[in-house]
Amino acid sequence: MIRLESDVLVIGAGGAGIYAAIAAARDGCQVHLIDRSLIGRGGATVMAQMTVAVALGEQCPDHWEHHLADTLAAGRGLCDPALAQLLCENAPARIREMDAWKVGWAREDGHLKQVHAPGHDRARCVYVDFLNTGPAVSRTLRARLNRIDGIRRIGDVLITDIVVNQGEAVGAVGLHLLSGEAVALEAKSVVIATGGLTRLYRRNSGSLNMGGDGYALALRAGAELVDMEFVQFFPIGHLAPRMIGMDPIMWDPFRYKLGGRLLNAKGEEFADRYGQAESGNYVLTRDVATYAIFKEIEAGRGSPAGGAYLSFMHVPEAELRKAFGPVIDRLAKNGIDLAKMPVEVAPIAHYHMGGVRVDSAMQTRVPSLYAAGEAVGGANGANRLSGNGITEAFVFGERAGSAAAAHAKARKSSGWHEAAAARALEQLGTRGKAAAVPNTAALLVELQALMSDNAGPFRTEAKLRAALERLQQMQQELGPLPAAGAHYDMVGLDWLDLRNMLLVAQCVVRAAIERKESRGAHQREDFPGMLPEWDLNQRLSWRDGELSLTRAPAARPAGAAP
Amino acid sequence: MTTKTARLHIQRGTPGAPARTEIFEVPFTPGQSLLDGLRWIRATQDPGLAIRFSCINANACKECMIELEGKAAYACTERLREGDMHVAPLSNKALVHDLITEIAPRDERLLD
Repeated sequence: MIRLESDVLVIGAGGAGIYAAIAAARDGCQVHLIDRSLIGRGGATVMAQMTVAVALGEQCPDHWEHHLADTLAAGRGLCDPALAQLLCENAPARIREMDAWKVGWAREDGHLKQVHAPGHDRARCVYVDFLNTGPAVSRTLRARLNRIDGIRRIGDVLITDIVVNQGEAVGAVGLHLLSGEAVALEAKSVVIATGGLTRLYRRNSGSLNMGGDGYALALRAGAELVDMEFVQFFPIGHLAPRMIGMDPIMWDPFRYKLGGRLLNAKGEEFADRYGQAESGNYVLTRDVATYAIFKEIEAGRGSPAGGAYLSFMHVPEAELRKAFGPVIDRLAKNGIDLAKMPVEVAPIAHYHMGGVRVDSAMQTRVPSLYAAGEAVGGANGANRLSGNGITEAFVFGERAGSAAAAHAKARKSSGWHEAAAARALEQLGTRGKAAAVPNTAALLVELQALMSDNAGPFRTEAKLRAALERLQQMQQELGPLPAAGAHYDMVGLDWLDLRNMLLVAQCVVRAAIERKESRGAHQREDFPGMLPEWDLNQRLSWRDGELSLTRAPAARPAGAAP
Repeated sequence: MTTKTARLHIQRGTPGAPARTEIFEVPFTPGQSLLDGLRWIRATQDPGLAIRFSCINANACKECMIELEGKAAYACTERLREGDMHVAPLSNKALVHDLITEIAPRDERLLD
């Protein structure tokens, strides 16, 4: 067993985790920044194509209160107003800080350029050209990270459990994937920054390492999860023709800059049938667009691959090239000429509004345990506004890192307890025989199909119940952790992933069964309307090996009518 | 769309043991990536085949670097093609398992 000790342990090295590590080190703490993959290359941040929402007032006058009003409206009454305010109020400082760190936000006429994204009341989103926001942000944060002595970066370590002693987080245990050795990480504060759960779905825009690890870690450690039924689908994920080397959410920037036309198989624009006319501008919010595309497919007006057409054929070729330069060449290599053909798009799992329940210092209900970024639930309610994902990674990351550092400095020791660590390591120690193992890779494929077909954006009681039943069966079929292969044991890794993914999938399905109304990203075909009596947040916790669900009235923003 | 077949010759093994080559017949529709093929092998033939990747398709994570016909390549941006394809781990990096090599920067490793 390998042992490590730090003041602050940060799990996950995407935007939120790196920001948390930087903030904790700035405040004088020794930090371990751990990732199951490479540092600053996995997760969702690096995949971001364009928008980062922030009320800078560079493009037009703005104030964070306007950004907050839009965030709360998008959340359909379920946002945690304190978290949403934290996000909007602190965004300008973080975006300016990133600018000072030379991320390269796009500029025009001597100011930062901001575009108008759907759901915002004005031009508010900064970005890096071309389709380069995520890579530029990741590169900038990595460069910053590498200059700080107080941070040790460690990749290829999968955290399997938070170690809890007498109700308090004291560190974590995990597996060094390359050697197969167990790792014990003692820490005075622990920050979960593992991102969301897009890997539960067949078609998704996240990285492989976003299987909801952090939700499962937090739940088993005694923290609560909130709003788990709200999985955001990005409406215009690339579907066909098959492209390689491109991100499936790349059409978003095209729509910001060029509008584009969303068409059904008959070549008709259809958004107006579902309450929002487009008229050449990109104004459709994600939940409405997803709904509209699914309904067109259901009515037999889908494109051949089972989506909608997105066409830029009306845009002059020179304008296409001016807006996207080198991307046009990359498309050509994939056989796509936007001047001559539409592409096919369909909703794709993109983001999770739900997550670990925290206070405005990002602390969970478990002392010493914090969360940051997409792993946090509540700020975005039932539907996230475009551009708030990267912003919350920065803001919540910085906040969690500062709070975790202050807490660590106030503690004499972590309170590490060998027996508690041994209990957490038990899972890795009780390995079974290889012969009994099902094909774990096939189980993962089945899990993704099950969640996509039965717990996607459109839900019914019958489908959700069938999903829950099958998830419980799969848990049985999975059996004990198979015998270890030392070097990057794929079956063992799949097993550990399935352990978390099956638990987190059950959280999504349980919460979705209970919410008998339709709101934002949760659409129940058997309960189509949004109901005021469901102005409630659902919380999940883990008690005696069972999920337990409670409800609480959604908090109202200050100054809102009762 | 018509299904074609790629014959993947995959070099497998762990450090200290002699490498072996295994052949998999992989059905595909034109346009699919080599990584699609490797994922298909894991889900249907052998879940133990070791290959690492994060981003699947965007070529953002750079983890799926392997050698194809003796040249470094990303499995996610090479397309499957009919006939024989020879896939091996990077020869200039330390082998971990099958197609996985030690690719992390030195100062981001747990063990030296």
